[in-house]
Amino acid sequence: MDFVNQLQRKFIDYSSSLHREGIVDDQFTQLRKLEDENSPHFVMEVASLFFEDCEKLINNMAIALEQKQGVDFKQIDECIHQLKGSSSSIGALRVKNACIAFRSFSDGQNREGCLRCLQQLSHEYSLLKNKLQTLFRLEKQIVAAGGSIPRVH
Amino acid sequence: MESCNCIEPQWPPDDLLMKYQYISDFFIALAYFSIPLELIYFVKKSAVFPYRWVLVQFGAFIVLCGATHLINLWTFTVHSRTVASVMTTAKVLTAAVSCITALMLVHIIPDLLSVKTRELFLKNKAAELDREMGLIRTQEETGRHVRMLTHEIRSTLDRHTILKTTLVELGRTLALEECALWMPTRTGLELQLSYTLRQQNPVGYTVPIHHPVINQVFSSNRAVKISPNCPVARLRPAGKYMPGEVVAVRVPLLHLSNFHINDWPELSTKIYALMVLMLPSDSARQWHVHELELVEVVADQVAVALSHAAILEESMRARDLLMDQNVALDLARREAETAIRARNDFLAVMNHEMRTPMHAIIALSSLLQETELTPEQRLMVETVLKSSNLLATLINDVLDLSRLEDGSLQLDLGTFNLYAVFREVLNLIKPIASVKKLHVSLNLAPDLPEYAVGDEKRLMQTILNIVGNAVKFSKEGSISITAFVAKLDTLRDSKAPEFLPVLSDNHFYLRVQVKDSGSGINPLDIPKLFTKFAQNQSTGTRNSGGSGLGLAICKRFVNLMEGHIWIESEGLGKGCTAILIVKLGMPERVNESKLPYMPKMPTNHGQTAFPGLKVLVMDENGVSRMVTKGLLLHLGCNVTMVGSSDECLRLVSHEHKVVFMDICVPGIDSYGITIRIHEKFTKCHERPLLVALTGNTDKVTKENCMRAGMDGLILKPVSLDKMRSVLTDLLEHRVFFEAI
Repeated sequence: MDFVNQLQRKFIDYSSSLHREGIVDDQFTQLRKLEDENSPHFVMEVASLFFEDCEKLINNMAIALEQKQGVDFKQIDECIHQLKGSSSSIGALRVKNACIAFRSFSDGQNREGCLRCLQQLSHEYSLLKNKLQTLFRLEKQIVAAGGSIPRVH
Repeated sequence: MESCNCIEPQWPPDDLLMKYQYISDFFIALAYFSIPLELIYFVKKSAVFPYRWVLVQFGAFIVLCGATHLINLWTFTVHSRTVASVMTTAKVLTAAVSCITALMLVHIIPDLLSVKTRELFLKNKAAELDREMGLIRTQEETGRHVRMLTHEIRSTLDRHTILKTTLVELGRTLALEECALWMPTRTGLELQLSYTLRQQNPVGYTVPIHHPVINQVFSSNRAVKISPNCPVARLRPAGKYMPGEVVAVRVPLLHLSNFHINDWPELSTKIYALMVLMLPSDSARQWHVHELELVEVVADQVAVALSHAAILEESMRARDLLMDQNVALDLARREAETAIRARNDFLAVMNHEMRTPMHAIIALSSLLQETELTPEQRLMVETVLKSSNLLATLINDVLDLSRLEDGSLQLDLGTFNLYAVFREVLNLIKPIASVKKLHVSLNLAPDLPEYAVGDEKRLMQTILNIVGNAVKFSKEGSISITAFVAKLDTLRDSKAPEFLPVLSDNHFYLRVQVKDSGSGINPLDIPKLFTKFAQNQSTGTRNSGGSGLGLAICKRFVNLMEGHIWIESEGLGKGCTAILIVKLGMPERVNESKLPYMPKMPTNHGQTAFPGLKVLVMDENGVSRMVTKGLLLHLGCNVTMVGSSDECLRLVSHEHKVVFMDICVPGIDSYGITIRIHEKFTKCHERPLLVALTGNTDKVTKENCMRAGMDGLILKPVSLDKMRSVLTDLLEHRVFFEAI
């Protein structure tokens, strides 16, 4: 059981670091609370959905910004709005902040600014994805080892 | 000579006598033969003839007599023997029949005679019956007249009409010459002619009431015949004819106070009017019994009708009086209200005006206290502060009392900690008590509930006032405060008969006793204690200050709390006990969780709070949709997800209790959907509650939601606890708008 304890401690540390670094916020904790016997992998499901959504939106935005004829800022705005909503639902703080910053540039119809923001956004997204996947792997290990996932407040 | 059988008559045929006999016989025969014919003829004509066989007999007798006389005609000349024998036979027969007839007639003739007497008897009887018929008819007509008269009299409630109608109808029915009514005057000593039939406006002709004839009439309830020379009967100018008979009858006038149906008309105080009726003077008419009876009945009816009219007049007068009084009262009330309003305005203004400088004085004095002062200066400042505090209290009290008096004060009910109130009072009083070296003890009964429902502030004010008084009026010794729940027997031994406690399940009576060992109060002064501005003038208490309002205000508060407060003292120097009983409510169990002292987390943490609650979630964003769904599933709801407004409208049904709509997503016109859902569900209780989920924190969104007809607004992000409490609130109040 020492191994399980170790894993659990690692999990707790990692979780806290995510919160500390501002990658996830309280909303993510709320999501964890929703996990119970009926939906044991709730967070993972939501996260995967989010990843799909995010990638799609980022791609769309990239394509839109590539347009030589004229950038459809309205579409970009919609995408940002979607992304902002999704990220705030899941508690991805940094991604959400990046979206907010992105929005101001898209409102100003600033293509250069938008491109820069998009890059920033992709970066944040990848970071989030990696971190969350590590977290989920840790969870799986704990469960496999017969332990339970500790609650992080 | 041949002998012939002829008979020769005695006389020669040519004799004159013979001739006359011959003629007479002839005529007799004729008559005799014609009588039966006549009899038969007339009998046949008449329908009734009981003695037919007598007739036959008589006929036979007559016929035979006739035959005899006829045959006799042949015997005047020489006739043969046959004729003689025939003659003999005829005579013999005649003799026989006539004897029989004679014998028969002996029986028959008395009968016939008696028939005659019977006929006479019947005729007499018929005449008598006719007379009686006439009598009955007159009586019936009289009855009809009475009914008609009564109807006429009773159909109106106007006194004059009643009397006039009576006279007119009586005059008509009885064909009177004159009919008059004499009413007693106000003094009761005279009768005044009030109404007559013939004269339109009778002159105020009066007659003293103590006349033997009048007394006689008044003493009997029958109509009495009086002499036409009596003063009341001299109604017509003396004519050349004999005046007709006069009848007088009394009409009882009933007073409202002695209107008893049972002893009508034997009343103790008898006031009568006199009705005089005069028959026409030139007729020989007499007063008949039935006419007198009619008059008596009419007099009674008139009395009843008059009393009804009197009652009506009385009640109309009373009603008018009441209406006037009502108007006056209304005016008085309005004036009083204006006065109260004026006073309240004045008080409010004065209060404000007084408080402002007071506030300045108190504030600046306390500031001054903080600075460097010499001892004398400090003393002076302290006195200023104390006096101004007292003045401020007085101002507050005056305002409170005036509000209490006109009933505009209402208790602020709430749940509070009873123990804390007592502790607070103790804390406030301890410093003063310790300065005076008084020992204060608090004793709370174990069965006293910790929490109660009532006006905390005012209860504390009251208890503080009493305890303060106890401290104020005690120079040494101890003060003990006890509080417990009053049982019925202890409630009843209070010395106030008008205090009627009613025990019920969700109330209890708190009894607080404050006993001090101070200067005591003269028992005679105790009633004055609770009146405003009454100061206890005994020596030694004059310096204690106090406006005298405190106890009066306490009493008002206690009365508002449906309780009772009183003071007992055995006399001067023996201390006194103040006892107060107030009615407090029992707090419900649910309230305990809302109290600030015990913030418990709801016990259904982690359990399903809304099992099976059907909700619909509409959100275009997949991730946030999933998160909301997860939240609601965790709370046990039955969640349906839709991603577009059309789907939402299609799937929403009356089974869904709540519809969550994400409204900050462009492309979904949430307000339009709201309106369409309102249209779809016309009945309010079928319609699901519409809640907006938004991340927009501006007021415009909130206003738009409210205007569109949404029932609630929640800001994203939503935590589990927040969702739980929001749903609870929503389902209870059917509306929830988060404060933005």
